[in-house]
Amino acid sequence: MTVKLGVPSKGRLMEKTFDWFRQRGVLLTRTGSEREYAGAVGGIEGVSLVLLSAGEVPRELAAGRLHFGITGTDLVREKLPLWEQQLQCMQELGFGQADLVMAVPKAWVDVDTLDDLDAVAAAFRTTHGMRLRIATKYHRLVRDYLRHGGVADYALVDSQGATEGTVANETAEAIADITSSGETLRANHLKVLKEEPILKSQATLWRSRMAPVDDQDRNVIKNLIDQLSF
Amino acid sequence: MIHRAKTLARAAELRADFEAAGAVPVETPILQPARTLLDLYGEEIRARAYVTSDALRGEQMLRPDFTVPVVQMHMAHGAEPARYTYSGEVFRRQEHDPDRANEYVQVGYEIFDRTDPASADAEVFSLLSEAVVHLNLRAATGDIGVLMAAVKGLQTTAPRKAALLRHIWRPRRFRALLERYAGRVPVSDERAKLLSGALSDTSIPMVGKRSRREIERRIDALREDATAAPLSAGEVDLLDALLDVRETTPFALERLRDIAVDMPSISLAVSGIEMRADALDRRGVDVEHLAFEASFGRTSMEYYDGFVFGFFSAKRPDLPAVATGGRYDALTHRLGSGAEIPAVGGVLRPGLMLELEAQP
Repeated sequence: MTVKLGVPSKGRLMEKTFDWFRQRGVLLTRTGSEREYAGAVGGIEGVSLVLLSAGEVPRELAAGRLHFGITGTDLVREKLPLWEQQLQCMQELGFGQADLVMAVPKAWVDVDTLDDLDAVAAAFRTTHGMRLRIATKYHRLVRDYLRHGGVADYALVDSQGATEGTVANETAEAIADITSSGETLRANHLKVLKEEPILKSQATLWRSRMAPVDDQDRNVIKNLIDQLSF
Repeated sequence: MIHRAKTLARAAELRADFEAAGAVPVETPILQPARTLLDLYGEEIRARAYVTSDALRGEQMLRPDFTVPVVQMHMAHGAEPARYTYSGEVFRRQEHDPDRANEYVQVGYEIFDRTDPASADAEVFSLLSEAVVHLNLRAATGDIGVLMAAVKGLQTTAPRKAALLRHIWRPRRFRALLERYAGRVPVSDERAKLLSGALSDTSIPMVGKRSRREIERRIDALREDATAAPLSAGEVDLLDALLDVRETTPFALERLRDIAVDMPSISLAVSGIEMRADALDRRGVDVEHLAFEASFGRTSMEYYDGFVFGFFSAKRPDLPAVATGGRYDALTHRLGSGAEIPAVGGVLRPGLMLELEAQP
């Protein structure tokens, strides 16, 4: 058995994760061709690297197929109900910061708060005979947030990408999505509600509470935690 | 662990009792068209019901309760008056509490009758009460109708009353609206600018389905609202006093009558509670010790608009209600395409009854 560490397989999140580990003497590298999702771990014995999509890390941790994994808080909270029972948050890594926010057209000068959104949803349903649609891929988080905020007469529509474009395309009236700078929102003539974000997210190192561990693994895990020093 | 076969056997017995009380047994499909339920409950129902789909019929839901299909069936081709009973599984998604069942058996009793709501309420309550009498449960009752009457009678604008009525079932939002209408929340700078016209900027590109005209209409409505007099402190206090009523029925009625002196809009609803108490008494319910909580039922399913009740185990407060029910007159209107009929009903959970019976 080896201790399995799951890391997002692409882009800045992967590079920053590699940097973060390198600064702590753990060398993560991709092996093989540029397109092959294989990796190696140097600087510590007994750890193997699994490259996978950030969206799959929560599920793999919960299933115990990864001992450690790096992914955003947003994905863990959306995908794993009662996540605390399955995962332990080891360390926030200080990059990949993004907020899950609710955004509406900038032209809606009458909408600043959830209170306004609720009132507009009621009027929209009367006028158009349909519920105000909110495009998102974070269904659970958004529904909980709106329930807590007492918003009624909305419907969630699934959007797995280019969510900011759904309003102009008239497949949704508002959106809930992850944003870091807000630039894409502005470019699509949207503005963020003046409320606390639905969730503040960043890249985080998680440990699975479900993964099987033998004596040898236990040593490796101890060494890894010592080396990462938190 | 209670065996499924035992639960089903108990359900059959309870249903037979309800048949003996005069109800016609009915069956409803397990798969319900999602659209009706979504129309009624909105997105919330997705958090509570399992949704599935096929390419032909689109989205379907695993029956989260029997009331909606039974009402639909009655409105489509039921004779009046009618009493129905049913038993079968309902399915509820659980995302927060793994100890709550996501599939369980309900046995129900529903009355559709125009003549005497108080005695129909009492009939449902006493039948369910008798079924669980050996379990020594705590009964709670309430009346959403009295809250609705209180809101409708407030000295304020129609849009404000409509907004409050819409949120009776969301206590937090209800409270926030009340505070705002009472003038207790300062107007934000942004909102002041909007009202003064400083934000009308036609250079912002319009995107989406909500038109500029709709935005202007809302700004007009906000301006109108800003000129409306605040709800008086006296009225807010009365509403708070009403929401706080939590006594045995005779004392609760006394409190409600006191409140009705200054809030005459609830008088009719209070008389209704009185008539129901009499009807319950005639059926042998111990009304003297029956709890009445004005806020009871505010966080449950949105369709109850009158009498509401629940039976809970004091020994096992972790368990959900063993029996629940209430009046849902407005639901028959919404599902009746023009027709409507007063209706009241309730359900038992035989699985929980067996679990409590097995307790030492």
